[in-house]
Amino acid sequence: MSDLHLVDMGNELAKEPTRKGFGRGLLKAGQIDENVVAACADLTGSTCMDSFAKEFPERFVQVGVAEQNLVTVGSGLAAQGKTPFVSSYAAFSPGRNWEQIRTTICLNNQPVNVVGSHAGISVGPDGATHQMLEDIALMRVLPNMVVVVPCDGPEAERATLALAKDDRPSYLRLAREASPIITTDKTPFEIGKAYVFSEGTDLTIISTGTMTAQAMIASEQLYKQGVEVEVVHVPTIKPLDKETILKSVRKTKKVITIEEGQVAGGLAGAVAELLAENYPAPMKRLGVHDRFGESGTPAELLEDFGLTAHHIKLAVHEFISQK
Amino acid sequence: MGDKTKTLTFKELKKQANDIRVSIIKMVEAAGSGHPGGSLGLADIFTALYFDVMNCDPKNPDWGERDILLLSNGHCVPVQYATMAHAGFFDTKELITLRKHKSRLQGHPERHALPGLENTSGPLGCGLSQACGMALAMRMNKQTNRYIYVVMGDGELDEGNVWEAAMLAPKYNLNNIIGIVDRNNIQIDGPTENIMPLGDLKQKWEAFGWNAVDIDGNNIEAVISAIDMAKAVKEKPTVLIARTTPGKGVSFMENDYHWHGVAPNADQAKVALDDLHELGAKIESEHE
Repeated sequence: MSDLHLVDMGNELAKEPTRKGFGRGLLKAGQIDENVVAACADLTGSTCMDSFAKEFPERFVQVGVAEQNLVTVGSGLAAQGKTPFVSSYAAFSPGRNWEQIRTTICLNNQPVNVVGSHAGISVGPDGATHQMLEDIALMRVLPNMVVVVPCDGPEAERATLALAKDDRPSYLRLAREASPIITTDKTPFEIGKAYVFSEGTDLTIISTGTMTAQAMIASEQLYKQGVEVEVVHVPTIKPLDKETILKSVRKTKKVITIEEGQVAGGLAGAVAELLAENYPAPMKRLGVHDRFGESGTPAELLEDFGLTAHHIKLAVHEFISQK
Repeated sequence: MGDKTKTLTFKELKKQANDIRVSIIKMVEAAGSGHPGGSLGLADIFTALYFDVMNCDPKNPDWGERDILLLSNGHCVPVQYATMAHAGFFDTKELITLRKHKSRLQGHPERHALPGLENTSGPLGCGLSQACGMALAMRMNKQTNRYIYVVMGDGELDEGNVWEAAMLAPKYNLNNIIGIVDRNNIQIDGPTENIMPLGDLKQKWEAFGWNAVDIDGNNIEAVISAIDMAKAVKEKPTVLIARTTPGKGVSFMENDYHWHGVAPNADQAKVALDDLHELGAKIESEHE
């Protein structure tokens, strides 16, 4: 897809954590619009808000280790015309403060951007308490909420800039660990759009977040083995781009979803709901199946949970051999 | 423009508060559910705020320079609706739609439902945090003359979120926030000191860095005077610990926690209204 300006998958892929892209995007958004403000709950460096906080100290609020206060202060900032980005680890925000997000942001309909970093098992050694796997499910059931999960640093930057201009509440899910960069500054990003990153006819892989890079690597290798999979990257889980997903599944008639989180209520849940009502198709869900994470290196954990290009390839072969 | 011509006498304000109480009884009875106890207790504070203290314009509720009132304990919203209607935000006839399907007067306040409401509340503990966000935004916007009033229940102070905000406001010296704790000593399950002892609230707030003032929350003159003094304190935010009588004005409801969240039936409402009419006549006969 030449108009998508993706990185050539044949080369060695550079890596960067999505949170870094968010940090760049936030700084740029702040330079563009003086109403963009930020608040953090004692994780300014980890969530990459430090460059914004340094350049705009008068527009940065440090609330301490208080995630309930974090999002509710955000609601107040938005009520007086600001566009706040409020960040912490996803395990704590939206993990701890769901009701405040529901009432003071979503029902109150204030354009607060809740930023949850260190989502997924790739957080690594910190273990299960800090590996947020349920956040997509928690956020996507809320009316008015937009849910965005960028695939790499550059897309996280573009998503941040787009969210800064959007007047809806949002949740932006970020990762701690560096992951392959597969998009460029010219790759399009629009809230609510899914993108066909790779075309194929044998099966559709629907992926979000950093799993899209794994899907693309798998797709490249599968192509050499004579299997043509279509990779649909879904950076916006809510609102879901129904048209793009249905169009692809109507063509391939087989679906694998992949995400670094609980499949229950996650991307898999959203896709299953869509297909069940519109175009029932055989489906396999890769992701976390009703268990917590644990300590380990990111690579060990991704291997353990079956979230690598290799596991995708195995799943594709198994799936297409089924009649 | 802001309504700067508030010139009601204290006697007129007392009369107004009594009329608001009459409306509260009528609307909660018509709804068949709701929270009369705290609402009646807060009528004097709300009268002081809307009819004297606050810089706001009922005909232009979104006016950019207005003061803001956040009702954090949203279940007491009957007093806010009644006061807003009497102050001219909307027709008092609409009050009996409280809690009805498609009404603008939702069971707990919803910002989008009714012009003049500044926030959505009900789940407790969030108002002070929202006030902090608003005050920070006002500072960034270089608005220096706007005040934010946050009414909180005393039972609400059980919520940890309140104390997260209580730490934040003094940190940034958000001195245009004036907190008002409705110290009526009751919550749903019983007396506050049995359910979760709050102890010396003045000391608690002072320890968190606030200018804390004990006042009689059923004395309109005392409320107005305390707010005037609070505005003169620039080095920290102020919280008024306002002692009120839950069910104030209705003999059988006063100080009885069972009336926290139960509506009177028709017979009880009649007794309540008789009580309030008697009080109204008494206020009329008072000398200025």
